Amino acid sequence: MIFPKIRVLRSHGRQAIPDLDAVELTSEFRGRPELTEPADAESRTALDEAAALCPTGALAAAPFALDLGRCLFCGECARRAPQSIRFTNDYRLGSPTREGLVLRPGDRRVEFDRKEVRPEICRCFGRTLKLREVSAGGDASVEMELGATGNVNFDLGRHGISFTASPRHADGVVVSGPVTRNMAEALDICYDAVAEPKILVACGTDACSGGLFAESRAVDRSFFERHRVDLWLPGTPTHPMVFIDGVRTLLGLKTRQ
Amino acid sequence: MNYLITDNTSGAVRLRDIPETDYASFYDDLRTRLSDSRWHVGHYFALPEEEARLRFYLLLLDDATGQVLIGSFAREYYDDTALPSLTALHAQMHPFEREIAERWGIRFDGMPWPKPLRFPFDRYDRNSTMDNYPFYAMEGGSLHEVNVGPIHAGIIEPGAFRFICNGEQVLHLEIALGYQHRGVEHLFAATRNRLRQLCLAEAAAGDSAVAHATACVETIEKLAGTARPAQLAPERLVALELERMAMQIADTGALSMDVGYQLGQVACEALRTMTINTTQAWCGNRFGKNLIRPLGTDHPLTAEKAAMIRRNVAEIARRYDEVRHDIKSSPTLLARFEQCGIVPREEMLRIGGVGQAARASGAARDIRASHPWGLFAGTLAHESIVKTQGDVMARLMVRCREVLQSAGCIDRLLEGFVPAETRRPDYGAPLAPRSLAFGLVEGWRGETLHVALTDDRGDIAAYRIKDPSLHNWMALALAVRGEGISDFPICNKSFNLSYCGHDL
Repeated sequence: MIFPKIRVLRSHGRQAIPDLDAVELTSEFRGRPELTEPADAESRTALDEAAALCPTGALAAAPFALDLGRCLFCGECARRAPQSIRFTNDYRLGSPTREGLVLRPGDRRVEFDRKEVRPEICRCFGRTLKLREVSAGGDASVEMELGATGNVNFDLGRHGISFTASPRHADGVVVSGPVTRNMAEALDICYDAVAEPKILVACGTDACSGGLFAESRAVDRSFFERHRVDLWLPGTPTHPMVFIDGVRTLLGLKTRQ
Repeated sequence: MNYLITDNTSGAVRLRDIPETDYASFYDDLRTRLSDSRWHVGHYFALPEEEARLRFYLLLLDDATGQVLIGSFAREYYDDTALPSLTALHAQMHPFEREIAERWGIRFDGMPWPKPLRFPFDRYDRNSTMDNYPFYAMEGGSLHEVNVGPIHAGIIEPGAFRFICNGEQVLHLEIALGYQHRGVEHLFAATRNRLRQLCLAEAAAGDSAVAHATACVETIEKLAGTARPAQLAPERLVALELERMAMQIADTGALSMDVGYQLGQVACEALRTMTINTTQAWCGNRFGKNLIRPLGTDHPLTAEKAAMIRRNVAEIARRYDEVRHDIKSSPTLLARFEQCGIVPREEMLRIGGVGQAARASGAARDIRASHPWGLFAGTLAHESIVKTQGDVMARLMVRCREVLQSAGCIDRLLEGFVPAETRRPDYGAPLAPRSLAFGLVEGWRGETLHVALTDDRGDIAAYRIKDPSLHNWMALALAVRGEGISDFPICNKSFNLSYCGHDL
């Protein structure tokens, strides 16, 4: 009975990523896009077509900008207008402001403006951060990726950042999904149950803007009008590294350059 | 009653070819047919038509011959006479009759479970809200109720569970859903942007993105009526089986966690990471979003990628089999999993259970075998894995065997893989006007069905999605009856049903 376990253990080996700050994702991964102003009429037309096809209206052709808070990272625009849009595998996508997610030609990173971070966040949560996740219309993929941040590979718990079952034990709330009307009240109750000081993280494109469901009448986004979000994390779903990088940068444990 | 008879490989059908009957003969026909387990309802929904009519469509699946029977009846939109309920005779009709009642205000006479289904934003009765869900109640001094949710302890989707317990023993569990309702079907018909429609299909249930996207492109390609490149069939199947492997492994890990079997948990976490990273290395998304596209692909398999997938899958299967072997040789695990949460075959068939949960109860419901599409209809014959015990262990063992089966399937598909010419996706292909088409695939949870109806211009006028969870939530409620409430977590994880797929 012990031998099958030894066999599993031997095959399992060591799984934890040694240094979370040194991770590089596969080149196929679609992370931060780089925009180049179209130089000729042909690429201008291609860009217009790409903007028309964009499933969430994240891409605007004039003035040229891509809003990561609405982007599904489907990559279709980069295939239609390769001269203007290119997706890199850079996962450092988190921003302390919603406007920070809007990229324009020439932007070579998602800015992380430290002045926008409330000073008590580093002071209170720099050494440990417990979060309560609330899915309010999330499609289970963001939730699974958030679960994965604590798994044997990413093991974010080693940095004192983890998820907790009760809002009473939490230092903040992570919201996924566009916030459905049927979940709006439960989200309010959960957020109110977390003691001050607390942080609020919007995780996933659906949470950042409503995503595909921004215009849906089944969605009620008034929560985000009433509460200040400390960290915006785009993605469909948000890759565990986007979350890990975003939270560690928010806490001042990592800088972005 | 007359039906239009088709199958899962035929093209779209014209709406005027779908026979229309009256409710009396519809009722009589289903009353007898559904007594035989070879038939089950794929979908049953109502849509408003011109001239103030409400037309009801039924897709009936025949597991014995692979036929799909499409029938319909209509009535005045403002006719408020009650219809005799089919749920009273055949419990499998409950989600469909509840949806029709909730959405259109149709009353079903004798309906034994007249409950809201998902509280859609466009429901008929706006006074019916999440706050006044009519939970079943029992009187008795020794009974108590336990309410769980809508927010659960873990990082999962919301739903409200109410237990009625006698001490530790669960007498009844009622599951109230709808918290995840986002209006997917409504948004689908509100846009003409086909890329947006595909993204919506992938978001119907994000953990089944490939299954839902496959059902969606099957539907759209049938309506477009043009042939797709042959290369797409094996590629889509590899994606679907990778998704199946990833989720079955994830659930093995989740079950391991809930019984304190940490070795199995961490081993499965690592194996799931490896599986979804394989998908990511292929298409850039760990859940296979953006991989399945109509009439073409943005991520054609290259020889290098095929070899990478094959290599990883073989390694995952080898290591996963070691975990499976360890589970089977650990008496402490068997003591928790065996004889727990039993759903007998008769019950499973009665409530219309589908997919792996049904197969663990001895009901061989498997679209890959009964209604084959794509390669399953051609060169690849599928043999379903069926267990008869119907307990948590049986559901776990079906998962285990399916991981190994999927790995074998991927290996065969990619053996000697030669990349061929493929096209880019076509988001503008015109669709047949005034037609109905469906996509029916076996996702990792089970039967995933998409139905589209087009208008005069060939735009999608109505879109209906059915996730297998719609049937199987009732199976979970039955599984915990008589069990200790502390066994609920493993019963729940042994099904792992979708909230958003149910609520849409």
